[in-house]
Amino acid sequence: MSLLRTEALSKRFGGLEAVRNVDLELPAGEIRAVIGPNGAGKTTLVSVISGRLEPTAGRIFFKDRDITGLSAWQRARAGIVYTFQITSVFPKLSCHDNLALAIQRRRMTGLAGRLREDPAALRAEVEAALARVGLAEDIDRTAAELPYGHQRLLEVALGLALSPELLIMDEPTQGLSNAEIARFCDLVRGIASEVTVLLIEHNMPVVMDLAERITVVERGAVLAEGTPAEIRADAAVQRAYLGT
Amino acid sequence: MSFGAYFFLAVLEGTVSAFVLALTALGLSLVFGVMRVVNVAHGELFMLGAVIAWWVSQMAGDPLSGFLLALVVGPLLVGGIAIAADWAILKRVDYNPEATIVATIGLLYIIQQSVLILYGPDARAVEAPFYFRVQFPWFGYSGYKLIVAALSAGLLLATWYLLKKTRLGLYMRATQYDQETAQAFGVPVRRVYAAVFALGGGLAALAGVLVVPIQQAHYLMGHDPLLLSFIVVIIGGLGSLRGTLIAAFVIGISDGVISVFFSPTLAKILATLLVALVLVVRPGGLFGAKPA
Amino acid sequence: MSGVLSNRWLLALAVLAVLLVAQVLLPPYHHTNFARIMVLASFAIGYNIAFGYTGLLSLGHAMFFAAGIYAAGLGAQELGLSMPAALAFGALGGLVLALAVGLIALRTSGVAFLIVTLMFAQAVFLTTLYFNEVTKGDEGFVIAEALRRIEIGGAELKLSDPTVRYNVALALFALCYLASIALLHSPVGRVLVAVRENEQRTRMLGYNTFGYKLLAMVISGTISGLAGAAYALLFAYVGSTFASTQYSIYALLWVLLGGLGTTLGPLIGTGLMSYLVDFASDVTSSYLIVVGVVLVVLVLAFPKGVVGTAIERWGRLRS
Repeated sequence: MSLLRTEALSKRFGGLEAVRNVDLELPAGEIRAVIGPNGAGKTTLVSVISGRLEPTAGRIFFKDRDITGLSAWQRARAGIVYTFQITSVFPKLSCHDNLALAIQRRRMTGLAGRLREDPAALRAEVEAALARVGLAEDIDRTAAELPYGHQRLLEVALGLALSPELLIMDEPTQGLSNAEIARFCDLVRGIASEVTVLLIEHNMPVVMDLAERITVVERGAVLAEGTPAEIRADAAVQRAYLGT
Repeated sequence: MSFGAYFFLAVLEGTVSAFVLALTALGLSLVFGVMRVVNVAHGELFMLGAVIAWWVSQMAGDPLSGFLLALVVGPLLVGGIAIAADWAILKRVDYNPEATIVATIGLLYIIQQSVLILYGPDARAVEAPFYFRVQFPWFGYSGYKLIVAALSAGLLLATWYLLKKTRLGLYMRATQYDQETAQAFGVPVRRVYAAVFALGGGLAALAGVLVVPIQQAHYLMGHDPLLLSFIVVIIGGLGSLRGTLIAAFVIGISDGVISVFFSPTLAKILATLLVALVLVVRPGGLFGAKPA
Repeated sequence: MSGVLSNRWLLALAVLAVLLVAQVLLPPYHHTNFARIMVLASFAIGYNIAFGYTGLLSLGHAMFFAAGIYAAGLGAQELGLSMPAALAFGALGGLVLALAVGLIALRTSGVAFLIVTLMFAQAVFLTTLYFNEVTKGDEGFVIAEALRRIEIGGAELKLSDPTVRYNVALALFALCYLASIALLHSPVGRVLVAVRENEQRTRMLGYNTFGYKLLAMVISGTISGLAGAAYALLFAYVGSTFASTQYSIYALLWVLLGGLGTTLGPLIGTGLMSYLVDFASDVTSSYLIVVGVVLVVLVLAFPKGVVGTAIERWGRLRS
């Protein structure tokens, strides 16, 4: 069964067609990378999927349900989680509160669940979520105090803490050190059994290492799709992208 | 007088106040457009223009020379005050939108209460520089009011010229479009800010000078122009000069008509409700950018 | 963690205890002043929930305060509501108005939101003038002494009695103060703060941010309305000045002076400012100039206000 399916998805900004007629099908459990030159429309594509932007035309199905009309927060609740290309955390809040925001949402049912919490249990969960990305010790620091690479990891932790079914990550390794990248790759492999991952990535070793299938986007349209080996061998892709 | 004549009078009154409103609101809109800040003290700058006009009229020999002098001294003094405020306050909070709002609210009280101390609580009249009546078939109309409309139109055109044809205007448009890029291309952004803030204040002061022979100068007179300017700027779309002008005429004329036939209070309530209606249909205002 | 938690409540209880004891120590003039400050501080608490917690910079909160004043005042005078019913009616007035205004004004954000709230408040102010046959407009009206009584069991409490007035004001303040602390440290409060800090991110975490902003407006408007109702009933006067822009600016000023987004800030800010204005009005008729000067000084030198600066200097009371 496909987890995510788009039909003839298009997004136009004035005269610019940033996404053109994209049919994308993503089976559950896959790690899919989307690659393409700068300005190819990758971020626009995932923004439309996550609901940050409205498509000009086309439909989006999530678990065979048409979600085209859902707003971004409804999609996040449905299980589509987006982590930002430009780090977007809550800089003035502690790492604890950053993660608590992601974790508490599922508990906020009924009036009592909205107004009361068990601080100790919450803290334990926050600690575990931070530990997944190696930030457990930073729990009481504000996000702004973290070095850039750690803020990226906090961003990823926020996404994971929402227990997504589909995790869309927009250039997650940008600005990370090699050691952090290696750790990140382990993390993604570790969650891949439960979560479907849609990854926009410029770092080719990371793509080749993680992705089961790759979709190549150029000028808003899908140019090719296949396994890493197929993509590497594809002449059109080489011309358009890898060759340059 | 017939209904038609009444209506014509109301439209005429509305048009005159629409020109003055356009001048005031344009100042507010320019400041927001270029600097991305709201000057809540804008109405007080209008009031200062009127008070300065009274003060100049006391020193000048005759109404006409007093009026002409006020047209120069008013905007210059108020522009100077605006530059001082920009230097002493706005620059120091780095034009942060919220901090600027709070600071200009503070400025509103400081200016208003200083005028109360120095000028007193009385409303004072200034003699009009011209006395003639334009005779329509149904009634005679104050010639000065028509001159106010004509001068406002001239000042609006002059502002348009400044924006489109001068180097300062080019700098302003560049800064409005993209502040960082403008800076990279050598636009002295900080000085442009100061100039725009002074220009915005100067336009409000000019409106105040023009209006004072019709309205009398009073330390609380800045409140209504501020509110009307806000209404105009929101309906026209924040940052859109074209929208500001169009909305100024819609609001000014309808305000005039409703004030004559019903009551000024009702006119202002309705104008506010119009804002609500516009926002329901177009949250960015009629000519504003659609928010993301 | 639990130590920090109890510190928060201990501080709150200590503040309330001081206010409770203060009534026997204060001379009559300050006694009345304190009662007034507690009611106005409740209004500031309401404002703080919108601006301080959620980042909604409104310049129209006087309309919610006035909605409470008129709903309670007219409810008592014209509809013959009992005092508790009039109080509830005032809170309801604030709630309904905040819901209506919020639904429209929250379609905008930033400076547009500020301007829109300012204009709605002006429309409410003008409405109180326009219907002056009912509202008595500028002059306002005094709520009849005979109406301002609460019967509990067989006993009758007169709201005009200073002790009753002080303690009703204290009870109101305690309710709003404790509720604001509970809200800030609840899951909902955390989301409100998140909206202030990064609305887009909050939305992408799966929160309906429009709904939360509307909720903040409604809670804020209800508390403001409740405070307005209490003001009308305790001080017996209903007039359109309370709907003027000046009262919206006061709310902003009190909260900023006390410390934006802090729970104790509204009381500190309201108290300091009342005495400052009191003092200035003895010196000059242009006493409102201190409002301007304080606002400018706050922005330039103490953006965090009294409580915020204290927290920064002497550790984190809020945690």
